[in-house]
Amino acid sequence: MMEHWIIAPVLIPAMLAPLIVLWMRYDLVTQRVASILGMSALLVLAIVLMVSASMGPPEVYRLGNWEPPYGIVLVLDRLSALMLLLTSILGLVIVLYAIGSGWDKRGWHFHSLMQFQMMGINGAFLTGDAFNLFVFFEVLLIASYGLMIHGGGRARLKSGVQYVVYNLAGSTLFLFALGTIYATAGTLNMADLAVKVAEMPTEQTALIKVGAALLMLVFAVKAALVPLQFWLPATYTNAPGPVAALFAIMTKVGTYAIVRVYTLIFPITGTIGTLAHDILLPSAFLTIAIGMIGILGARDMGRTVAYAVIGSVGTMMLAFAQFTQGATSAGLYYMIHSTLTAGAMFLIADLVRERRGRWGLGFTDAPLMKNHGLMAGMFFMGAIAMAGMPPLSGFLGKLMILDATRGQWALWATVLVTSLIAIVGYARAGSQVFWRSYAVEAEEDDLPPAPKDASSPGLAFTATGILLAGSVALTALAGPASTWLQGTSAQLFTPSQYIDAVLAGAEERAQEAARIGAHEHGHMEVSEEMQAEDGHGGDANAADPHADTQPADQTDTHTGTETGQDAPAAAH
Amino acid sequence: MEVLVASAIGVLTAAGIYMILRLRTFPVVVGMSLLSYAVNVFLFATGRLVINQPPILRDGVTSYTDPIPQALVLTAIVISFGMTAVVVMLALGAFIEAGNDRIDLEEEEDGQ
Repeated sequence: MMEHWIIAPVLIPAMLAPLIVLWMRYDLVTQRVASILGMSALLVLAIVLMVSASMGPPEVYRLGNWEPPYGIVLVLDRLSALMLLLTSILGLVIVLYAIGSGWDKRGWHFHSLMQFQMMGINGAFLTGDAFNLFVFFEVLLIASYGLMIHGGGRARLKSGVQYVVYNLAGSTLFLFALGTIYATAGTLNMADLAVKVAEMPTEQTALIKVGAALLMLVFAVKAALVPLQFWLPATYTNAPGPVAALFAIMTKVGTYAIVRVYTLIFPITGTIGTLAHDILLPSAFLTIAIGMIGILGARDMGRTVAYAVIGSVGTMMLAFAQFTQGATSAGLYYMIHSTLTAGAMFLIADLVRERRGRWGLGFTDAPLMKNHGLMAGMFFMGAIAMAGMPPLSGFLGKLMILDATRGQWALWATVLVTSLIAIVGYARAGSQVFWRSYAVEAEEDDLPPAPKDASSPGLAFTATGILLAGSVALTALAGPASTWLQGTSAQLFTPSQYIDAVLAGAEERAQEAARIGAHEHGHMEVSEEMQAEDGHGGDANAADPHADTQPADQTDTHTGTETGQDAPAAAH
Repeated sequence: MEVLVASAIGVLTAAGIYMILRLRTFPVVVGMSLLSYAVNVFLFATGRLVINQPPILRDGVTSYTDPIPQALVLTAIVISFGMTAVVVMLALGAFIEAGNDRIDLEEEEDGQ
């Protein structure tokens, strides 16, 4: 019974989104209610699935009951359950924020696009099929294109075009990678791929290595790893605040895909060896350096946060690139932390932008705004968490990563030095935007305006606060969380669990299905006989008729198709 | 035939990449289309090139063509078609809003 719930995180938003477009089109209030209900349902579902995933081996949902490796499967293991939970928390908070700040009023279809976005993200986390991963990537991207340009405006549309083109190029690359992999391995089911790739003789791995490297490039585009990060700063800065916060999970989709594919299909001990590690590690070093230096170099707060996202991707990639159990669980902890705090920081930046009026987010002197102290406090807290200073979760995350990579002095030095750079960068941003305002003499007729069309500023602040509270909770519950994550990491590094869950028993089930199918067919025939021969076929049950009907059936279809093929010829 | 298909994919990809590196949105859109044609043909070829074979496996039939790439390419065509429509609409919107169809961002609007 439980297995059917696995598809619900995809189905609920998939059904809700068209309803919102078609049925509630002109009624914002019902849209809001539906959106909140949908997100809450996803949250509850994610919690249930997470509990269920923590208790045992990965669970599998076979779409249309097709047997893997032929059909598409959804797989729920601890990692995907974690990602689902993270997505649903962020999704709910963002919908609340968008309602509170009035962002959903500034363009059409915000709520339905959000639902489609959730569908794509949840699907990408659940799917166990590489091509289906591509399809869900496209679903989440096309929704994100709509969300990115929500509200319109010159700068937003122009950076939206860049974002779309960059990601279209990435999608094309994804297809090339999948084509290469299919041509070599002959399958796209991830579990089956893992088996097939492991069986490849080592002297014939050139093509599969090309496929693996191409796939890494694709995921690096999504995760914004240097040198493929160029799309991120302009996109995140110009996207509407809540959308930018939602995009905090989008880079994690790329990260998730890297962790999934390179532990399951191409493990470091397997056929392609350390290829993934060799590509990922230098890139992670560059990413963390460029991200953190970008924080220092930014000229407005939006850019500060956008570069902080790049920096945090670099930090967690340093951990994931180790491909060891300990480093992966540390990286996962940092990933949860960075999703929550990056989301919070984007929301804070949006709150400030709304209240600063013509001064925008730039580091210029502006008079005091409404809710000045509250926003300054929130920024302070978020900056502490993101920079990795005690006592918040960023500190613990970085500590775990450093602990898991003992002896790698270059990594330690990079993480510590870049953290210092980030602290300086945040200090500069905070003092420019918040502190200097106290020294500015405001003219009476040129004050920052009240935020435009905010339905309920309190709700917007609460939503932002929830994400910050998430960071606090992650700190307070660091013990249980990291124990759970170690279990997750252990599961990732025994891919046989995943493979067995998907493939084990597939053949037996197929035979069973064939037997039942034939059996039912036999029964039908029997009942027809019964009607014809006036109840004689009573004992002609079970094996005998089924053995007879099957070959007969096959000849039937044979003749059927043959006549079908002949028909056009005859028509000629 | 292999040489023909391979060089067609190569030429399409090269032309597509050249086009998406141009400065204006129209060549970029054309380049994206060329790239998606290239990848569609490439996907089609991943099931190996055979002529006049059915895409199904039956008893007693030894040669057939792989049906999966055909299904994949169908999906890919639909998706790339839809995406091209999106990017055209978006480019048009940006052109109307900004008054030019340059794809790069100007310095002053960079940070908003």
